[in-house]
Amino acid sequence: MSPATSPAEPLLEVRDLVKSFRVSGGTVRAVNGVSFDVARAETVGLVGESGCGKSTLGKTILRLIDPDSGSIVLAGDDIGRLGRSALRPHRRRMQMIFQDPYASLNPRITVGRLIQEPMDAHKVGTVAERKDRVVWLMQRVGLRPEHAERFPHEFSGGQRQRIGIARALALNPDLLICDEPVSALDLSVQAQVLNLLVEIQEEFRLSLLFISHDLSVVAHLADRIMVMYLGHIVEIGTRDAVWEQPLHPYTRALISAVPRLDPDEERPSKIVLSGDLPSAMDPPAGCPFHTRCPVAVERCSHDRPALRVLADGSQVACHLISG
Amino acid sequence: MSAILEVRDLRTVFRSEAGTAQAVDGISLQVGRGETLALVGESGCGKSMTGLSLLRIVPKPYGHIVGGEIRLDGRDLLQLPEAAMRQVRGNEVAMIFQEPMTSLNPVFTIGDQIVEAIQTHRDTGRAEARRLAVELLDQVGIPDAARRLDDYPHRLSGGMRQRAMIAMAISCKPKLLIADEPTTALDVTVQAQILALLRRLQDELAMGMILITHDLAVVAETASRVAVMYAGRIVENGTVHDVLRHPRHPYTQGLLQATPHARKAGGPRRKLAEITGLVPSLYDMPPGCAFAPRCPKAQSVCRSTVPSLLLGGGNVACHFPG
Repeated sequence: MSPATSPAEPLLEVRDLVKSFRVSGGTVRAVNGVSFDVARAETVGLVGESGCGKSTLGKTILRLIDPDSGSIVLAGDDIGRLGRSALRPHRRRMQMIFQDPYASLNPRITVGRLIQEPMDAHKVGTVAERKDRVVWLMQRVGLRPEHAERFPHEFSGGQRQRIGIARALALNPDLLICDEPVSALDLSVQAQVLNLLVEIQEEFRLSLLFISHDLSVVAHLADRIMVMYLGHIVEIGTRDAVWEQPLHPYTRALISAVPRLDPDEERPSKIVLSGDLPSAMDPPAGCPFHTRCPVAVERCSHDRPALRVLADGSQVACHLISG
Repeated sequence: MSAILEVRDLRTVFRSEAGTAQAVDGISLQVGRGETLALVGESGCGKSMTGLSLLRIVPKPYGHIVGGEIRLDGRDLLQLPEAAMRQVRGNEVAMIFQEPMTSLNPVFTIGDQIVEAIQTHRDTGRAEARRLAVELLDQVGIPDAARRLDDYPHRLSGGMRQRAMIAMAISCKPKLLIADEPTTALDVTVQAQILALLRRLQDELAMGMILITHDLAVVAETASRVAVMYAGRIVENGTVHDVLRHPRHPYTQGLLQATPHARKAGGPRRKLAEITGLVPSLYDMPPGCAFAPRCPKAQSVCRSTVPSLLLGGGNVACHFPG
């Protein structure tokens, strides 16, 4: 298992990434100084509740959204500031899988064309080679190549997610960012898609940034887990550390709230958070979590804790945690 | 335990040009006072349609309840004239939904809507109804209730809207609350709050509750009994402990094994069990057990004869229960 910090062979290094949006009435700092690494062939789970900035973070890393500041280093190249054309050769190395494959697949284009499209755009191989690869990809993700002439609406939700995966794999990427890829699927289909993601990750040594609100799914998949709150990463650690011994008060509350399947399992007593998530337009001073934190002290209201590395390699942003 | 709700052989169909779909295909269930029964299953299994049928609000013009009994405190709701049924809805039986905005009208304040719910079923003046409304918002944990009364629904967060809908639902102290995916759209910390609230209210009001959900972990934490539905039928029922710990129907077993949950510390990432194939179309059901085409244990009898729940001692509808 890779340590929580500076993985042996980082594929992705994100440093001090900031992305804010101007909205009517102010500015939302969706991503507020985020730093982390993803190693080759590693699965990092990114969890947090609605509006914490996790989807924006994913899109910013892919440069689907331009960052305000900070760096995004992919295999040694800082892609955070590259212009459109300079970015182009790097794009094929990272791909995204969305929650709703239907919304991300053009309904008027056949599935074969959809999977071939990225190869056309990047002029990979000859046309014949691309067609061969479409057949191979469809087989690899569990679709029947003879269905290449069909349109997305002719497929079920799970099959459409397979189309999205085939399309994402078309360019042989190094990094796959999955944004809630199974949230819209029924359980039996969800298991099929999760298994497929694990298989292709191992087979192609892909790095996975797996964004999800579902902690059970992340605890099943991830090597490491990052927890985000109001645009900040508040904790990073190995799956075992974060799931079994969460440190940050927010992570503790989050994990205690996850319903447990085994009726006999001893349940951690639930830490009920008071109040609602503060507005991202008007985030609290100091620690972003202090307004709801059951153990906050005076210092937390004005002094923002930095993400610190602990002895075991975990990282946590809390004044009250030492070690 | 005295049952407040007893449903026998409930049948609801959808008739359209595509044919007739048996959305609810002979469901029988019981809910005791203060008890929570979970109806669990995947999309299209008929769990929501069962909930809507109990209140006789299946979507018109395609949906029709074509058979069975729905006895609330002994009285068969299917025999009531519509006017009497209106007195049951919201008063004796209330329902909450995944999306609170399906029950809350965006152009009226929270207070107006709760007051209306109270005055529909009770002979109270407006001032008294408003006082009760403040009490209700307070009871469901909405801070600063008196001021919140004059807020429009969009001013509230998702969790607070859910609380407001629950306040409206319990305004007449129903005997039975039907909660259809009440926490599915909520974040996990808010989900924990709402489930705790529902459990507390259920105790305080001695309500029976039917919790409709796709989430077996929510079932494990909230319900005492569970009925697993597949393609319009109950395939297994029993106490939550028995069904989740010792599932006997291959579909229940498959669902449990397909559910991602944390592996043991240091343990390998295991493959989730998959249920192959897809749920059959309700317009084109296989002749025998609806699960047979996807079932690893299916034999020829499964493909010809629908298994009755009685086969497994009343708890599991399978020719070869585990």
